[in-house]
Amino acid sequence: MGLWLMAGITFREAARRKILWTALIAGAAFLAIFGVGLHLQMSEFQTRQTAPFMRYQVMSSILLIGLYTVDLLAVVMTILTAIDTISGEIASGTIHAIAMKPIARWQILAGKWTGFAGMVAIYVAMMFGGTIAMGSWLGGVTPQNAIRGAALVYLECLVALTVTIMFGTWFSTLTNGVLVLGLHGLAFMGGWLEQMSGFTQSSKLVLVGVYTSLLMPSETIWRRAAFEMQPPLAGSLQFTVFPDVSVPSATMIGYAGVYMAIALAIGIYHFQKRDL
Amino acid sequence: MAVRGLSLEVPRGAIFGFLGPNGAGKSTSIKMLLGLVRPTEGHAYVLGAPSTDVQVRRKIGFLPEDFRFYEWLTPGELLHFHGRLCGVAASQLRERVPNLLELVGLTPHRDKRLSEFSKGMLQRVGLAQALVHEPELIFLDEPTSGLDPMGRRLVRDVIRAQRERGATVFLNSHLLSEVEITCDEVAFIKDGEVIARRDLRQSPQGEIRVVVRGAKFSSGMIAGLKKWTASANIEGEQLTLTTHSTEVLPDVLRHIVAAGADVYEFKPERLSLEDLFVRIMGEDRGL
Repeated sequence: MGLWLMAGITFREAARRKILWTALIAGAAFLAIFGVGLHLQMSEFQTRQTAPFMRYQVMSSILLIGLYTVDLLAVVMTILTAIDTISGEIASGTIHAIAMKPIARWQILAGKWTGFAGMVAIYVAMMFGGTIAMGSWLGGVTPQNAIRGAALVYLECLVALTVTIMFGTWFSTLTNGVLVLGLHGLAFMGGWLEQMSGFTQSSKLVLVGVYTSLLMPSETIWRRAAFEMQPPLAGSLQFTVFPDVSVPSATMIGYAGVYMAIALAIGIYHFQKRDL
Repeated sequence: MAVRGLSLEVPRGAIFGFLGPNGAGKSTSIKMLLGLVRPTEGHAYVLGAPSTDVQVRRKIGFLPEDFRFYEWLTPGELLHFHGRLCGVAASQLRERVPNLLELVGLTPHRDKRLSEFSKGMLQRVGLAQALVHEPELIFLDEPTSGLDPMGRRLVRDVIRAQRERGATVFLNSHLLSEVEITCDEVAFIKDGEVIARRDLRQSPQGEIRVVVRGAKFSSGMIAGLKKWTASANIEGEQLTLTTHSTEVLPDVLRHIVAAGADVYEFKPERLSLEDLFVRIMGEDRGL
């Protein structure tokens, strides 16, 4: 019961404090710009009478870039909205009147996690749906395995959310932000270095990518999502910004799931033990 | 170490004041009893159960010092949320919440968000939050610090009403004049230890200290004073004694003279709780 009360109040906070609405308005602005880009490119193709195959490949790539932007926005939105939830309430003392109520501390943490997870699900669904609708309407393309791709992006957000909440039980809001965004940045860089290994044939770059993915498996989930969603030919011919040079395995996605579960368990354990 | 070897027995149905200078360990003690802070050694028990027992908190209400809330809620929504956390049914809360808002004088502000509230209004809603589940034991940490005189009187009335209901109120406050007129009993804490207790019901007028300057004070005379006084000490030519009523002073003086002492000066003075506090706590350490 306590868990659902905390989930409900966390979700309502996002709606009442306009966090979700602001993110969705910013997302709508992104979709508008994305639609203009698709429209201009399509007009260019019509003027030049570009071959349908080429149109399809280019528009699919643009759509994938759009979805990648949604992925980045969703992860950053997840981190920024959840960053203050535990550390901020501990620092301000808001947690005192809640943590002394007859509910276990794990319910407070798990409830907050559930509330944010619900909010992020709405955001990812709306942004993913909007981008795909734009691609279909203005570019005439739809991604392969869109649901699987969206689920993977959602998993990436949940990993970021869990790490943010876990560190929030230790550190102040500012330190937590620097730490989580830094980790995501590291994973981002590692992922691109691993992609570069396809061109440089460097096994050491692959290792850098693997190690950073083990440290923070966020970007690696996106690369699996990109693999799932882009046309198979574009990926294998490397006619895309996300070529199939080092596709994260299903085991790596499983690792991300286990990583998230462990991070949540550590966060709950530490929150139960610490003084408030 | 903020608190050590703290053992307090608070009678049920009493208003108990917990007094001490800054840094004495008052808030830490309350937090330990509420399971917010864990003792480094030993155990904390409240209402006969370990402080880590989640279920015992159904019977406990708490207003933290410097109370903070979700400011985007209205007071009614906040009380409803805290009531539900305490396991009160939603149907009961629909009746109880408007009554509580009326009790703390916030009915005219029920539709405002807490972000629009003054510190005093937040203090009132915090008090209502501590009472929403009709607890047996209520911890109030500086409940009147942000209130004007009207608000203080309201809080005083609410605290007394809780005692009438049979609840025990544990009050932590620096406003000693408030404590003096509200509490039944007080304990003084210093450096994490309880160093004195006073039953204020036995001395509603406060403590009276009498300084007697004279000669020929005898131990027999001191022994005979016990029926009127709480304490009596001789230092050279000065006898200092304490009592709880001015009515016994003529008997005290007659007894001293009858015992053969020469009295040059007999000077009674009323000690307020603040005087008592300063005397018990000693010098200000600037904490």
